[in-house]
Amino acid sequence: MAPKKIVIEPVTRVEGHGKVTILLDDHNKVIQARLHIVEFRGFERFVQGRPYWELPVLVQRLCGICPVSHHLAAAKAMDVIVGADKISPTAEKIRRLMHYGQFFQSHALHFFHLCSPDILFGFDADPAIRNVIGVIRKHPDLAVQGVMMRKYGQEIIKATAGKKIHGTGAIPGGVNKNLSIAERDVFLKDIEQMLAWGQGALKIARDYTVENLEKLAPFGSFESNHLSLIREDGAMDIYHGNLRAVDANGKKIFDQVNYQKYYDFICEEVKPWSYMKFPFIKSIGPEDGWYRVGPLARVNTADFIDTPLAEAARKEFMALTKGKPNNISMAYHWARMIELLHSIEKIRELLNDPELQGKDLLVKGERRGEGVGLIEAPRGTLFHHYKVDKNDLVTMANLIVSTTNNNVPMNKAVERVAMDHLSGKAEITEGLLNHVEVAIRAYDPCLSCATHALGRMPLVVELENSAGEILASASRGI
Amino acid sequence: MRTLVIGYGNIGRLDDGLGPALAEAIGRLALPGVSVDSDYQLVVEDAVELAQHDAVIFADADASCPDPFYFRRLSPEPHLSFSSHSVQPAALLFLAADLFAAKTKAYVLGIRGYEFNEFGERLSGTAQKNLAAASDFLRNALCEGDLDKHCQAELKTA
Repeated sequence: MAPKKIVIEPVTRVEGHGKVTILLDDHNKVIQARLHIVEFRGFERFVQGRPYWELPVLVQRLCGICPVSHHLAAAKAMDVIVGADKISPTAEKIRRLMHYGQFFQSHALHFFHLCSPDILFGFDADPAIRNVIGVIRKHPDLAVQGVMMRKYGQEIIKATAGKKIHGTGAIPGGVNKNLSIAERDVFLKDIEQMLAWGQGALKIARDYTVENLEKLAPFGSFESNHLSLIREDGAMDIYHGNLRAVDANGKKIFDQVNYQKYYDFICEEVKPWSYMKFPFIKSIGPEDGWYRVGPLARVNTADFIDTPLAEAARKEFMALTKGKPNNISMAYHWARMIELLHSIEKIRELLNDPELQGKDLLVKGERRGEGVGLIEAPRGTLFHHYKVDKNDLVTMANLIVSTTNNNVPMNKAVERVAMDHLSGKAEITEGLLNHVEVAIRAYDPCLSCATHALGRMPLVVELENSAGEILASASRGI
Repeated sequence: MRTLVIGYGNIGRLDDGLGPALAEAIGRLALPGVSVDSDYQLVVEDAVELAQHDAVIFADADASCPDPFYFRRLSPEPHLSFSSHSVQPAALLFLAADLFAAKTKAYVLGIRGYEFNEFGERLSGTAQKNLAAASDFLRNALCEGDLDKHCQAELKTA
């Protein structure tokens, strides 16, 4: 009998459009499991020929989910182009506030509305209940918190970026506005509530992971390298720093690497079955040099977090694996909530800093022809690399987005779950297929962002033989 | 009567920018009691804004409706799943009603667009005409104050 193929397309409750294929032999043993990215837009070509100063606004078209990440990464690259080696304290703090606002809202949305149905109801629960409407009906307090936290973060973005669509706050060499006292006071009014809710969300994620550790520890898990930006003193820093990569045991592969030369350390591989590239650490090679990015990687690579509540949470998190990197895929949720708490602590710190009302917003220096901007986006390390000619036009762009960095890990997670939970089963149920999606969701991928396209998410599952004949199919609405 | 007009779509994807363009046109009128917002797509926290208004109009590009636009009443519908890429107006209405006890009346203004698959901050010629027709229609409806009266399945001309 020919091998059978299961297709999960599109994967639901993730941002964007992806497809999972699982090949089974005649005993229903899994032969191969892959996550494919099925959209392509080629944004890097589109920006060629555009004036460099347009880029911080232009790149926000990449994705409506994390436009702030692209806005800031491009602005940082343009800082290099205009020779702004050190932007003013006010400019940096305004950008940081924008960025922490984005982290706060992005992590809140993912936790409360995308992954909470799996956590609150179980991977195998009736799909009629296991969804955001089920969360709203059974846990309306959590649903309201998710919405209000998201709104708080979005309002910070609006206040610092100027507007929601095509924000213009960050410009080459600085920012174009500060934060007024009146704007600040609006955010200070609700800050303690946000902090309390952040602590509550962290507790849910922590308790869920610890109480279900036996089940979660092997779920879609594997040892890996981890990569992130890191501050010079080893602190977690999601806005700026140098690159650090550690292996599965915490041994540093490289440390404090100036990201202007990232290409000496990171390579990208192309595979014929996905539009998403496969990055890897050059010194190790494509086979073993892949790495994880995002909340789990950031907590694993950091020596400490510079806010007290998040640092206490980090210590507890790291104690689980005796100080070694945590390689549990489902621990992403706990790490994500540590970052959510860190973000709101940093927002409080910044709101109380009078430099946010400073007037020194812009610096310039010696013009350069090439610049790299790196930032830790909510989903992981984001690379923007540009070359600009003498006429100020972009001649080259290379982007490595967060989800692309997690391409191999997500495929590993899919493969592990398929092997552990689907292989050999006489019947592949919806609940079993959801296990595969649960593993992908842990990474909070933005598949649109990874290929630079907006997507929709109905779900169609088809069982095919190797000749492409559909043996069975089912669909799930949204 | 507090009315919110939300125009949404990607202004960098040609006619997908019809919703924000409509919001901009209505915003310029500065009509009393009418607030205007625009975004790439609807997001969950829009439910909070909805709940603070008596009526909301979702303005969006439509790739297949008859020219030049339609204006319909909307009912809340629980959608099983959404992401920040795809929150439907009816799902937002449901969220506002369920989470914030909103009794907001909602309407959809779908404006026919034709070109979506390229980058570019411009509307096609026919989409511009449809936008003008939709803007005139909505201005009159808002000034009159009775939005229900203007609802119909399809409007061939305006």
